[in-house]
Amino acid sequence: MSVESKKDQGGRGIHTSRRRFLAASATVAAVPGAVLISATMARSSEEPAPAGPRWGLLIDAAKCAAGCDNCVQGCNAEHGLGEMDSPQTDSQWVRKVGLRDKRTGYESSLPMLCQHCEQPPCVDVCPTGASFKRADGIVLVDKHICIGCRYCMMACPFKARSFVHEDLHDQLPAAPRGKGTVEACTLCMHRVDRDGSGANTACQQACDKAGHGAILFGDLNDPKSRIAKALKALPSVALRADLRLNQGVRYRNI
Amino acid sequence: MRPLLRRTLTDLWVVVILALTMGQAGADGRTPVPQISRGQGERCVEPVQSMRRDHMRFLQHKRDETVRLGVRTKKYSLKECISCHVKKDAGGKSIPVNAAGQFCASCHAYAAVNIDCFQCHATTPDSGNAGGKISSYPALPRLDGSGGPRLAAWHGEGISVPVAK
Repeated sequence: MSVESKKDQGGRGIHTSRRRFLAASATVAAVPGAVLISATMARSSEEPAPAGPRWGLLIDAAKCAAGCDNCVQGCNAEHGLGEMDSPQTDSQWVRKVGLRDKRTGYESSLPMLCQHCEQPPCVDVCPTGASFKRADGIVLVDKHICIGCRYCMMACPFKARSFVHEDLHDQLPAAPRGKGTVEACTLCMHRVDRDGSGANTACQQACDKAGHGAILFGDLNDPKSRIAKALKALPSVALRADLRLNQGVRYRNI
Repeated sequence: MRPLLRRTLTDLWVVVILALTMGQAGADGRTPVPQISRGQGERCVEPVQSMRRDHMRFLQHKRDETVRLGVRTKKYSLKECISCHVKKDAGGKSIPVNAAGQFCASCHAYAAVNIDCFQCHATTPDSGNAGGKISSYPALPRLDGSGGPRLAAWHGEGISVPVAK
């Protein structure tokens, strides 16, 4: 390519050949790139959690009986919670909450767990960065970095997180937990990472096994998933919607 | 003092001190030489020298990838190290890898480096198998007075700092 140079005031040459090259390459780059199809099948373990799916739950409080705690038992068994047999200080990743409408007296019950907000207050306040949101929407605590200050517990509007007060023994390999750190529902990320959209959270599994079918887990971003179709067809709410956290966990019939 | 004389005396002191301390180690010394339990398969994911020096680097980078990104490859996974190197007792039950003389503890007791991984992580590949019980000296004294820094480790016995009840 011959170099034509025009001298400007400063005496430097302007290489118009480079301009032509850039113009030519810009038109080539304008060809639309390949569209990323979000993988709905289980992904290979080398790949990081993709940003395509957003995991969430739809909980039908009408199917939740007041005294039933199958989901809590399922979660505890899956993660080895409650092993110290000390109800005052045991961690609660999911708990049953009873609601009563003061005017009408209507009572309902629902499982309360980490809502996996899109804008989590716990992540905003964490001084070390241990509380974080993964690309696929699951909000987690990195217990290697957590210093146990419990600021996230104060910040959470749903009081979803628990602090581990005692030395623990017999942890399960899939759920490392330790004294002095904060923990909460992980949406069974060990199952999600392994099974993708076919995953079953422990709470959903326990609820289905008992025949209630109140909990539905799935990919909110996939229009073909059961949960997305259910959210589109039936009315649902996010708790404390006034806070505009855009939670991944939504409720029906409360 | 003349430089050459000073250097010679320093060298002599170094030799004396090394002779005194190094003599403690070894098969007939007071600290048992580490015995790494051979894992299954032919060899480890890294050569021995590389693993000896860099295993924490591998583990720490891998844990960041797993926790932050959800990458769950097996190569530097702590769970995989344990599942390969864990020993089973006579009844077929897995022995925790941080029990005395086992995979992690044998080298770490020799090097006098306390590890706290197993305060959180399971010590056996199976569930609920005496995980988390720290058999090597824990860094902090326990409420019952045991544990705490071993002040006289080279004598083989541990002296715990007593905790006022």
